[in-house]
Amino acid sequence: MLEEFIKTLLTGNGFWNPLVWILGFIVIFLVVYILRGYGNATYKKGTSQTQSFLSGNPEYEKQFMHVKASNLYWGWTNAMKWIIDILKKMHTGNVSDYVLWFVIVLGVLFIFVGLM
Amino acid sequence: MIDNLPFIAVAALIIIGLYAVLFRRNLIKIVIGIALIESGVNLFLVALGYRTGSIAPIYTSSPGGIMSYPVPQALTLTSIVIGVAVLALMLSLIIHIYRHYGSLDVRKLGGEDQ
Amino acid sequence: MSIMDFLLQQSPALIIAIPLLGAFLTPVISRISDKGRNLFVILILAFTAFLVFILAMHVFETGPMTYVFGSTQNVVSNNTVIRILFEVDALSAFMAIIGIIIAFAAAIYSWSFMDNETGLDKYYSLMLLMVVGMLGMVMTGDMFNFFVFLEITSIASCALIAFRTNKANAVAAGFKYIVISTIGALFVLMAIAILYGQYDALNIAKLAQSITFSFADKIALVLLVVALAMKGGIVPMHMWVADAYGRAPASISLILIAATQASLYGVFRVLFTLYGNVITMPSISLGWVMVILGLLTMLIGVIMALIQTDLKRLIAYGAVAELGYIFLAVGTGLTVLTTPENVANIAGYGFEAIKGGIFHIFNDILDIGLLFMVAGALYFATKESSLNKLGGLARNMKYTTVFFLIGLLAVSGIPPLNGFSSKLLIYESIFQLNPILSIIAILASIMLLAIFIKVFQSAFLGPALPQFSHVKEVPKSMLLAMGIVAALIVFIGLFPDLFVTNVVEPAANALINNQEYLQWLTGGI
Repeated sequence: MLEEFIKTLLTGNGFWNPLVWILGFIVIFLVVYILRGYGNATYKKGTSQTQSFLSGNPEYEKQFMHVKASNLYWGWTNAMKWIIDILKKMHTGNVSDYVLWFVIVLGVLFIFVGLM
Repeated sequence: MIDNLPFIAVAALIIIGLYAVLFRRNLIKIVIGIALIESGVNLFLVALGYRTGSIAPIYTSSPGGIMSYPVPQALTLTSIVIGVAVLALMLSLIIHIYRHYGSLDVRKLGGEDQ
Repeated sequence: MSIMDFLLQQSPALIIAIPLLGAFLTPVISRISDKGRNLFVILILAFTAFLVFILAMHVFETGPMTYVFGSTQNVVSNNTVIRILFEVDALSAFMAIIGIIIAFAAAIYSWSFMDNETGLDKYYSLMLLMVVGMLGMVMTGDMFNFFVFLEITSIASCALIAFRTNKANAVAAGFKYIVISTIGALFVLMAIAILYGQYDALNIAKLAQSITFSFADKIALVLLVVALAMKGGIVPMHMWVADAYGRAPASISLILIAATQASLYGVFRVLFTLYGNVITMPSISLGWVMVILGLLTMLIGVIMALIQTDLKRLIAYGAVAELGYIFLAVGTGLTVLTTPENVANIAGYGFEAIKGGIFHIFNDILDIGLLFMVAGALYFATKESSLNKLGGLARNMKYTTVFFLIGLLAVSGIPPLNGFSSKLLIYESIFQLNPILSIIAILASIMLLAIFIKVFQSAFLGPALPQFSHVKEVPKSMLLAMGIVAALIVFIGLFPDLFVTNVVEPAANALINNQEYLQWLTGGI
């Protein structure tokens, strides 16, 4: 009965065993933890060693320092602006356009399957 | 040619109904377009069951002769009932939409991604 | 005959009849007490789950089980099939299992999530009707019956999407959903009428036996596949998914996902079982069309999800991306199908791809379900639905944060959770078809991880905001529902082979060779 639980999953060209993975994860975690213990554990509180580094920018109160959701991944959205604008124009929210896409795909597949 | 007239009518109904759903901006006209498509499909179902020179498929006091197929007529009845329920639901939703938005223009309903 | 044998023999009918009876009794019971009605609904769903499990265990061991409504003989007379038939084979049992599990979790979740809303008796009856429609869609063996259950599901879902009638965009989303559903269902009915007119049969097994690939059959195939794919949320017909999932109450979005996957089940049933004897002719081109549509769905889903600021809409676009994986995997299996009766002839990776796709249906419903439940919990606690206004909630809602972490890791395919097992099967098999497909699939996984880390950072991490200092943890019933789904995710992740060989492989086998499906017709009752 226990045998069935710990078998490995065979894909066509590989295998995957999550219990072996967890065992490896625990071993590597222990090694990293022991190596971390060899470091220097002292620091001075209250000096600039404990303040966050913001490249010289002033630090506001805590609740204004939170990065909001529309500002995350700014670099990626700016770089992909060309495709995001096209997609936004496609998603109009108009239900007639939704049915228009359905008719277009129906037409394309008719030609495709009918020619074969 | 005259034998195919029901099927030509089916094609015409469905195309006109699709045109109304695709290109009309009033919500009520979109619902009318859906009702047209549904009538077209129901007509298609009934027209499939006809045999040449047949009478209605009812046994009690029938004058004899071949009868048309009863199964498509049963399917059409089910489809008509479903269509009534769906149309009633759509029209009641339009009443709510009119109360919220104040207009029946389908372009005003969307636009969350713009 | 013992009581268990009686239940097993009548189970296909009871699985439909008991929630239907419950749906009509719920308004009566809710006049007596509210908590009694909630308990009644949960008990009905628990009993249906028990019936589904014993039916599934029976079907996985012996073959498909047929159930005739109305009589035990006189099914085939004069070479026509004359009664309505339910045929439950391994794939139907698989979809029924996941459908009833997620409905049970949604009922427990609704106990406190919908606590201070009015009209709850209608909510619970409609939820039970939706469960009836979904289970009927996957268990039926008759095409017109499939259409009827499809319409039941879409009408009940539309009323539930527009449940909060005081919000303008919920009613608009309900209207868009019912227009799309009705047009899809009408084209399905047209295809069923074409098939009936040609072969004088509505039963799937009888049609599969007598189908040739004439011109009218090609029209019916295209109509069925495209209309059911539209109900299943495949690009470019996916835009209603964001509106509908984003505006429904969170506990309804769970069951909506399962109903959408049931439409995808309809596509697979039509392609592999109904057209099973003639599918070798269009299989290459249709398979490649499915592959390309699946790729587009994944890419457009993740790109649109990254720029959303509304939490439930973002998860809805993520759900669209996951649907692309399923379509891509089964399309890969379709391209390498040679003859249906020799499963060994399929180049090795085709069968693995279909296994991966079907396994991913299960995992997708669980993962996206957990994410929707967390989104509902956030809305319940803070009454905000926009990500721009949330922040720093991990201090107040510890359990919800842990569940969201599990959902995040599962949906993006990080080991050792269940998303990785099914995605590994998909990656390895589509790599054999074309390496570029596998690259794009892994890229979509990475972007899903990016999307949900964005949600994690903006909703849970960060400093404690003063307007959320009163926020407490959500009530226990919501945590229990989330816990059930998360425990199932972790369990399937840790023991994937147990699940794949016992549940997924019979389902994939039943999909590919339809000879077992036709057994009752050719063998003779």
